[in-house]
Amino acid sequence: MKSYVCPEYIVERDPDRCIRCKVCVNQCSYDTHCYDEEDDCMLSKSENCVNCQRCATFCPTQAITIRPNPNHYRSNANWTQEVLTGIKKQAETGGVVLTGMGCDKPNLTYWDRLLINASQVTNPSIDPLREPMELRTYIGSKPDKLDLETVKGDGIILKTKLAPQLQLETPIMFSAMSYGSISINVHKSLARAATEAGTFYNTGEGGLEKSLYKYGDHVIVQVASGRFGVHPDYLDAGAAIEIKIGQGAKPGIGGHLPGEKVTEEISKTRMIPLGTDALSPAPQHDIYSIEDLRQLIYALKEATDYTKPVFVKIAAVHNAAAIASGIVRAGADAVVLDGIRGGTGAAPRITRDNVGIPIEMALAAVDQRLRDEGIRNKASVIAAGGIKSSADVLKAIALGADACYIATAALVSLGCTVCQKCYTGKCPWGIATTDLWLTKRINPDIGAKRLAGLLRGWSLEIMEMMGGMGINAIESVRGNRLVLRGVGLTDKELEILGVRMVGD
Amino acid sequence: MTRKMVTTCEKGKLAESLIRKDKSALIDATGIYYRDLNSLLRSLDSEGIEKIQICNVYGQRYIGTNLDNHLRIDIYGTPGNDLGAFMNGANITVHGNVQDACGNTMDHGQIVVHGRAGDLVGHSMRGGKIFIRDDAGYRVGIHMKEYVSKRPIIVIGGTAQDFLGEYMAGGVLVVLGLNMKGEIRHNARFVGTGMHGGKMFIRGEVRHVGEEVTITDLTEEDTLLLKGLVEEFCGYYDLDAEKILENKFNKLIPVSSRPYGNLYAY
Repeated sequence: MKSYVCPEYIVERDPDRCIRCKVCVNQCSYDTHCYDEEDDCMLSKSENCVNCQRCATFCPTQAITIRPNPNHYRSNANWTQEVLTGIKKQAETGGVVLTGMGCDKPNLTYWDRLLINASQVTNPSIDPLREPMELRTYIGSKPDKLDLETVKGDGIILKTKLAPQLQLETPIMFSAMSYGSISINVHKSLARAATEAGTFYNTGEGGLEKSLYKYGDHVIVQVASGRFGVHPDYLDAGAAIEIKIGQGAKPGIGGHLPGEKVTEEISKTRMIPLGTDALSPAPQHDIYSIEDLRQLIYALKEATDYTKPVFVKIAAVHNAAAIASGIVRAGADAVVLDGIRGGTGAAPRITRDNVGIPIEMALAAVDQRLRDEGIRNKASVIAAGGIKSSADVLKAIALGADACYIATAALVSLGCTVCQKCYTGKCPWGIATTDLWLTKRINPDIGAKRLAGLLRGWSLEIMEMMGGMGINAIESVRGNRLVLRGVGLTDKELEILGVRMVGD
Repeated sequence: MTRKMVTTCEKGKLAESLIRKDKSALIDATGIYYRDLNSLLRSLDSEGIEKIQICNVYGQRYIGTNLDNHLRIDIYGTPGNDLGAFMNGANITVHGNVQDACGNTMDHGQIVVHGRAGDLVGHSMRGGKIFIRDDAGYRVGIHMKEYVSKRPIIVIGGTAQDFLGEYMAGGVLVVLGLNMKGEIRHNARFVGTGMHGGKMFIRGEVRHVGEEVTITDLTEEDTLLLKGLVEEFCGYYDLDAEKILENKFNKLIPVSSRPYGNLYAY
């Protein structure tokens, strides 16, 4: 069948600059570039280009430019190029349109409509370069009260037995991305960066590769519906366990790692045969209720002797507040909320862009609900899904989060250009792939440095903004919605966010 | 506190909740909260006890979870949900029925049940063996896996309910239908829905199978494997394997290891 789908991009090569070195040919995993020996010239197949910018970045003479295809259909606010292309693709394949990364629609972001306060005159601001600033965060269940005892000679000792806690030096962790959806070298980079920065990286649902067990003190191991690579050693290896109920990019649906991506190494870690599809069912079939969830939380606590916090991750959905209340009552040490802009290695585009709610609203609603019920201390709240700057982290903490998870931002620091083609497994940046030829493109030493650099930069920025507010501990920002004001929001939106209008 | 060892648990409440003798222990679980019971099992495990009898078990969960050594445990009564969850080598015999999710994500070891089982027997099981004498509930063997030498096995003496072997990715599931009178026809529907690995041997006919499943005859290798499993099963329950093997068995295998390969538009 002749395809009616128009190429999305046009590859242009400046003949005066091109030295026919073939770097572009080697760098592109989509066969966009080729060299014609007979005519000694470079050719492009624009229809293959995904605009990842790998060739343009590595071209030694900057000869390549990639532009959106100017052959646009007649402009139409409703029948956009994306809509028309999607329909044509589906007509030709009869399939579900897949995509990668998070929702790319502009109308679902509240962060940019929230503004942070600063001190002027009445409450002096603090210079974080010269004065101590505290970003340290503890994730885990906090007691209702502390029992203290004065002991002669020893001073005051704490009698309350504390629940297990994770100690974070900055309130930012790396969110779940499975080994299989991303490469081993990315996992190594994440594990090393988390260790260096005093924070944590999440394995995702694909298990923990043997060579990474040594980073266990900085690893959160995930247990999802497929239970891939979940065995007693794996549970023991991590510092915390996360039960994945849902993901912001695809609430309510399962996962599916295609057989092509299940290579020898992946099959070893997931403990499934080579080349078979790795199917994660939509629900966890031992969890059909909050009571069942409690059963799995305590199964995991029993399996690890009550030494590790157990997180429960849900996609931000309409009644997230009531669900989160149930999760806390079920005994979770932390609730993870993943908003609609959260990324994915592969999801139906229709689900990614239409199912779920923005993290800002879910977070505000959950924090408020847990406070109203007097159980906010019983679990930490972690916000995820579309956190793209240190300001977003600070705003999330002010809305009630204890910490944030980042994933897309972490991948961008490694080279990702958010081309949204993760599901092809051919990532030219060596990130969302299991192809060994491509995987080599990430050097874990450099990757860890880049990730640690990102965490350091964001942490410094958070301290700058806190100092500007005259606050020297992140604890004082947590749930402190007075430091936020909203702009361009309706009364109802402000009410749910629990913030006042700018100028108010 | 060495006392005379009681050899059976069927004698009502014991005077002491824990009796030890050499490398064996006897626990009366009456009124013991599951967390305390499991903590006691772990401490006995670390002390080097090899054989434990637990009597008067009334719904305590997670028995067998997080034990390091290859303990032999005899349970009298009804253990609660998640018996042997994430279990790593213990050998459990239940003199009674088991509830839901017996052998959940079990890694290694064995569970023999002298009675019936609830739903989700061997959910995501990755190794070890489970034998159920009577019937089992819904979604038995869902998402069982297999990897190299790790091959989980479940044998059900009676019948099982809908979604038997759903998403099955590996392992062996045997259903014998021993308690059925006349023609053996299992009433379960959607057997093997989403199946993409492993195999099921079903004695008699199945009412309804999932789209991803095909029914074939047993090969010579299958017959040998089945014979071994049925003989092992019969050994635990004192049954006649030869008689059971006289009936026709159907073999259920997945049509493809990639059932959902063509769902997407790239």
